[in-house]
Amino acid sequence: MTTITDPPKGEFRLSMLLYDTRYRSMTLQVIAALVLALALAYLYRNLAFNLREAGLNISFEFLGSPAGYDINQTLIEYDSQSSNFRAAMVGILNTLLVAFLACVTATVFGVLAGVLRLSNNWLVRKLMAVYVEVFRNIPVLIWIIIIFTIMTAVMPSPSAFRGDDPDSSMLFNLFAFTNRGVYVPGPYFTHGIGGEEGSIFNWLLAIAVLVGSFFATRAVTHRANNIQEKTGVRPKTLWINLAIWFVPIILLCLLLGLSWDVPVLKGFNFGGGLKVGGPLIALWFALSIYTGAFIAENVRAGILSVSKGQTEAASALGIRPRRVMSLVVLPQALRVIIPPLISQYLNITKNSSLAIAVGYADITATLGGITLNQTGRAIECVLLLMLFYLVISLLISAGMNVYNNTIKLKER
Amino acid sequence: MSDTHAQSVAFVRDTAIPAAPAPANETGPVKWLRENLFATWANALLTIAALFVIYLILSATLPWILGGVWTTSSLSECREVLAGETGACFSVLSERWNQLLFGFKYPSELYWRPTLALVMLFVAAAPVLFFDLPRKLLIFTALYPFIAFWLIWGGSILVPIVALLGVVGGYLVYSRFVTQSFATGFFGGIVAALIVWYIGGFITEALAPANPMLAAVPSRDLGGFMLNLMLGVTCVSLSIPLGIALALGRQSSMPLIKGICVIFIEFIRGVPLITLLFVASVMLAYFFPPEANVDLFLRVVIMITMFSSAYIAEVIRGGLAALPKGQYEAADSLGLEYAQAMRLIILPQALKISIPGIVNIAVGLFKDTTLVSVISMFDLVGMIRGPILASTEWNGVYWELLGFAALLFFVVCYGISQYSQWLERRLATDHR
Repeated sequence: MTTITDPPKGEFRLSMLLYDTRYRSMTLQVIAALVLALALAYLYRNLAFNLREAGLNISFEFLGSPAGYDINQTLIEYDSQSSNFRAAMVGILNTLLVAFLACVTATVFGVLAGVLRLSNNWLVRKLMAVYVEVFRNIPVLIWIIIIFTIMTAVMPSPSAFRGDDPDSSMLFNLFAFTNRGVYVPGPYFTHGIGGEEGSIFNWLLAIAVLVGSFFATRAVTHRANNIQEKTGVRPKTLWINLAIWFVPIILLCLLLGLSWDVPVLKGFNFGGGLKVGGPLIALWFALSIYTGAFIAENVRAGILSVSKGQTEAASALGIRPRRVMSLVVLPQALRVIIPPLISQYLNITKNSSLAIAVGYADITATLGGITLNQTGRAIECVLLLMLFYLVISLLISAGMNVYNNTIKLKER
Repeated sequence: MSDTHAQSVAFVRDTAIPAAPAPANETGPVKWLRENLFATWANALLTIAALFVIYLILSATLPWILGGVWTTSSLSECREVLAGETGACFSVLSERWNQLLFGFKYPSELYWRPTLALVMLFVAAAPVLFFDLPRKLLIFTALYPFIAFWLIWGGSILVPIVALLGVVGGYLVYSRFVTQSFATGFFGGIVAALIVWYIGGFITEALAPANPMLAAVPSRDLGGFMLNLMLGVTCVSLSIPLGIALALGRQSSMPLIKGICVIFIEFIRGVPLITLLFVASVMLAYFFPPEANVDLFLRVVIMITMFSSAYIAEVIRGGLAALPKGQYEAADSLGLEYAQAMRLIILPQALKISIPGIVNIAVGLFKDTTLVSVISMFDLVGMIRGPILASTEWNGVYWELLGFAALLFFVVCYGISQYSQWLERRLATDHR
């Protein structure tokens, strides 16, 4: 803070450690370090003593031993003889799955509600305000439980679909909503790589093709920009882009023989198709509508932050209304919207740990729930759990920093 | 002039024609409807869609709510009364009202104590929330934590009195030495309070009456919405001073202090509250000395306070960063030392900027107190999912109970956020 340009001469006295600004911060830091070290040593001593009393030690060997419990929704192969580590991996993938799904749908809900809150239509405006206030002010845990209850207590059981005159019927003969989960048609490849079983490579190939299409459209847009710079006329890119997006992926699907495995009622339950469990849907949907309400507020604030003069200036330059939105308003609004949006994504990931309340096997439910209770390794499990979430958070905030730097106002 | 015009202008109107009424579709409700609901075709379609949504929601809930039954003692009885008609079994609320509010273990003859504590909470919070009230009421606010502790937990009255004496002693020492230097006063106050509590500990143990005036209630008997409110109020009020300290530490020029604060804040913000509650329920006990018997409620309070203080610290850091640099320099140029500058110039302005953020955190924290049901504490959600839905009488009454919980939280959280908006308008001293 203040610097003394001409320090008073004189011999060093002990009181100067506290009253002289040159030494004081050093003294305070030494004291803080001492207090911290003492506190840590005290905690460690208690920990060591308590562990010795309880006959425990810190060891991560339990990760290799068989888990001994089943998980009803897994993305990778798993059975009760798999290791605890494998169970944790299943949990991590399930966490990432629900977080990803919820991020996508929450963004959709949020953007829709945020834009509609600014609509000219009084009724729609008020309706969206009610949506935002109701969902923001009620705990997400209650929403998860409510939707889980809908999934388990309101949906018909598979037996209601049986008989000549069933109580419930499938939607378009493709989707079945039951209290055991939702059955949807599952895609598979008849002559893909890896035979009928279908291997992960087919999906990777499809994703690679989509990524390729993405970069190809980027290149097309770039070229169109260049031509516009040179000649002032922008070539039409819509049809080329549509072709780049759809032709390769459709060709690939035809080549690999994409087919749909439609769920059918077999005996007392549905067979075939893809089963999306009730807990997953409850968590997914509840996180989406809850976080969507927050995102709606961010979107609204972002759009309102672009001053009216910007729109008017763009119109004065003769830009058509739709281009005004995409060229002038959105780029500026996104700069305000994206940072809080990403922290909402972070919140979704952290709130997905509430899966344990409805029995969805995410990392908190496997590693922090069943594994912890069965092995009694509380400290190790909780530490690993925290480490996982910490890594995810740091990755997301690192990504946010990179993004913020790229869109930062390029000032002189 | 007048002569020529007297002939050429036969008639000059010197009064205005009475204004004709505006066209029918440019006035009143019709105009409003045209502008707000049916401006364009798309808009009209949106209006119809919105009306349909409202109709769907109301037609599903209104008959159910209006046909509700309030006075039966079990679900089957309620279904008999309804006899196939649509209607809610609100009787679960009237029958289990006390359980929903106080949990199922709190002694029923003692319900007046937490109720009185709640009423007193409003009185104690009033002077903090509304500045126009007489400042003398703040004395009651300062006494409130001790009174509330004694009312809710009961036991020997000496415990809150000793705690109060410690605080008073610490304050006296602080005000005696603060004129010399803030640090001396601050740490002297803490030491004095610790000495009083240490000595008082022996006195309370020696003098503990066999039959205290208020019967003691252990923490594990607390439950219901009371538990949510207690966790919310306690943790928010504890985490504000802690958050200020962390925010100042993060702004500090001393690398060690800054480092400690940054690591603490980023660590806490990076993990979900559930993992911290797991720490409270299964791990924290290992870090206390074996003779200390820290109950679950206190461990949960510690972890939630740490959690919210990290978030509040970030909000206050935003407030500190929003202050113009000139304010810091002005404080320096007046010759104020760090503590004075912070107390007199920086923090009053920074906290004012941070109020909306702090209230947001407080609302979020209050909602998050429902998570304690995951570590088997019986708060409102825990009561509903545990003892009430599992009982034979009320197995299956989901919507009434969950709707009640949602409504309770909505009322409290919406109220707080409305208060925050009022406060923001009230405190807006600039840009008039």
